[in-house]
Amino acid sequence: MSKSAHNLETFFDVERYRKDFPALHQEVHGKPLAYLDNAATAQKPQQVIDAISNYYSNHNSNVHRGVHTLSGRATDLYEGSREKIAKYINAKSTKEIIFTKGATEALNLLAYSFGEHAISAGDEIIVSGMEHHSNLVPWQLLCQRKNAILKILPITKKGELDLALLPELISDKTKLISVVHTSNALGTVNPIEDIINIAHTQNIPVAIDGSQALPHTAVDMQALDADFFIFTGHKMFGPTGVGVLYGKEAWLEKLPPYQGGGDMIRTVSYTHSEYNDLPYRFEAGTPNIAGVIGLGAAVDYIQNIGIHNIQAYETELLNYATEKALAFDGLNIIGQAEHKSGVLSFTIDGVHPHDIGTIVDFEGVAIRTGHHCAMPVMNFFNVPATARASFAFYNTFSEVDALFVALEKTKDMLF
Amino acid sequence: MDLRELYQQVIVDHNRNPRNFKELPPPCSHAEGHNPLCGDKVTVYVHVEDDVIQDVTFQGDGCAISVASASLMTEHLKGKTLSQEKDLFESVHDALTKKDSEIDLMHFGKLGVLANVKNFPMRVKCATLCWHTLEAALANQKSVTTE
Repeated sequence: MSKSAHNLETFFDVERYRKDFPALHQEVHGKPLAYLDNAATAQKPQQVIDAISNYYSNHNSNVHRGVHTLSGRATDLYEGSREKIAKYINAKSTKEIIFTKGATEALNLLAYSFGEHAISAGDEIIVSGMEHHSNLVPWQLLCQRKNAILKILPITKKGELDLALLPELISDKTKLISVVHTSNALGTVNPIEDIINIAHTQNIPVAIDGSQALPHTAVDMQALDADFFIFTGHKMFGPTGVGVLYGKEAWLEKLPPYQGGGDMIRTVSYTHSEYNDLPYRFEAGTPNIAGVIGLGAAVDYIQNIGIHNIQAYETELLNYATEKALAFDGLNIIGQAEHKSGVLSFTIDGVHPHDIGTIVDFEGVAIRTGHHCAMPVMNFFNVPATARASFAFYNTFSEVDALFVALEKTKDMLF
Repeated sequence: MDLRELYQQVIVDHNRNPRNFKELPPPCSHAEGHNPLCGDKVTVYVHVEDDVIQDVTFQGDGCAISVASASLMTEHLKGKTLSQEKDLFESVHDALTKKDSEIDLMHFGKLGVLANVKNFPMRVKCATLCWHTLEAALANQKSVTTE
């Protein structure tokens, strides 16, 4: 371990935070678990688990429904989470925070409602070449439905967006640009501010998929000026089954509902319904109340540590892992962008990623192997799959060491 | 459990030097197998005459288990009748996927090295992909997935 790494681990009290995560403290195949699959999903701190358990144990009731005490408490907790999240991402108002069951549902909601509002035959939508399937397939479906055209902003060999090509892709038919903030497959942090600026000079709205960014970096909706911003809860230490669609109020006011049902209506007759106000118009049915409360607790947790401390520590951790990767014989890093966050994707000559995954698991190291729901990215780099180590603030420099010791075993096993 | 039970020397050898790793020209039939979970892809080519497998080959991209399984399969099946193939497919499938299977792959020569794969449930599909793909090729289906 390098000296600076040692100092940083002392400065950032990682052992203190690790105590909050019960799942980290176990052995796998007789070795201490090194959980390096955070880009797939992050572990949950006790504070989040307790918030969910407390809701079910003491306050369980439906929201926005009853006059009884428990319903009031559940509603306060649910709406309290909305306020926390709105404040955390600096939205102008809680009306701009729509809870969904995840980033995928948020993107499908957007593709449907924005599509109904704004897309006609021949219109164009631009996404990037490094999207997760969730920010690609909903737009493909929309384009099929409306006879619209999906354009792809290409990536470079380094794994960065070829931003110089964006102005050429934009035409007077371009109705929306939807781009990932941080790539889950490559770790690339995209210049979303520049993309938003370029788009806005031509009055084109921009949606940002921030699922992989939120656990690692601060976002400010008013400074960023994105028209829509999507993220999931489970990657930012919250529960599964909850996500957020942020939309500027002026945009959300214009969009038709995605799903019909309870809670999204004001009055209903047999022939006609009047829709509820924002944000409830987009939250049909009983929501994931416990999930939303858990996500609120996750935001509290991140704020207590401080996202800037998290970012500083994780940068050192990724740099340390990258140095080790560069020194590892036969290892190829997939995605070498200038700005990266949290992800080390790689292949090893002569060893299939799937075998890497199994072999390092036997050393207690959990990494993801496969296409990371980004098959077009794999095709671009001409690999069937990669191995991916992805980090969170609770990972240690020793866990990075454990990864590379485990990777040496792949050679013992397969050569 | 020792990882060497999975990565036995025969598997390592067949992964490093896969046998019958080539295309067969038409009119032989072929099928593509795909495991979307891990990205494994295999194409199996098979040439049948008089109910006998005259030649069987494969190409593709996959982990050590899937490559070795395909390599061993092609080696074992060349010259076998279709009904022998059917029995073997069922035996392999049964041995790898059924918890209380009584079939011992050790009776099938080198294929015995696949027996331990069933102790690694996440890897069973890697071993069975080429077998399903062969079935598809024999049935003249174009593609098959393990999902």
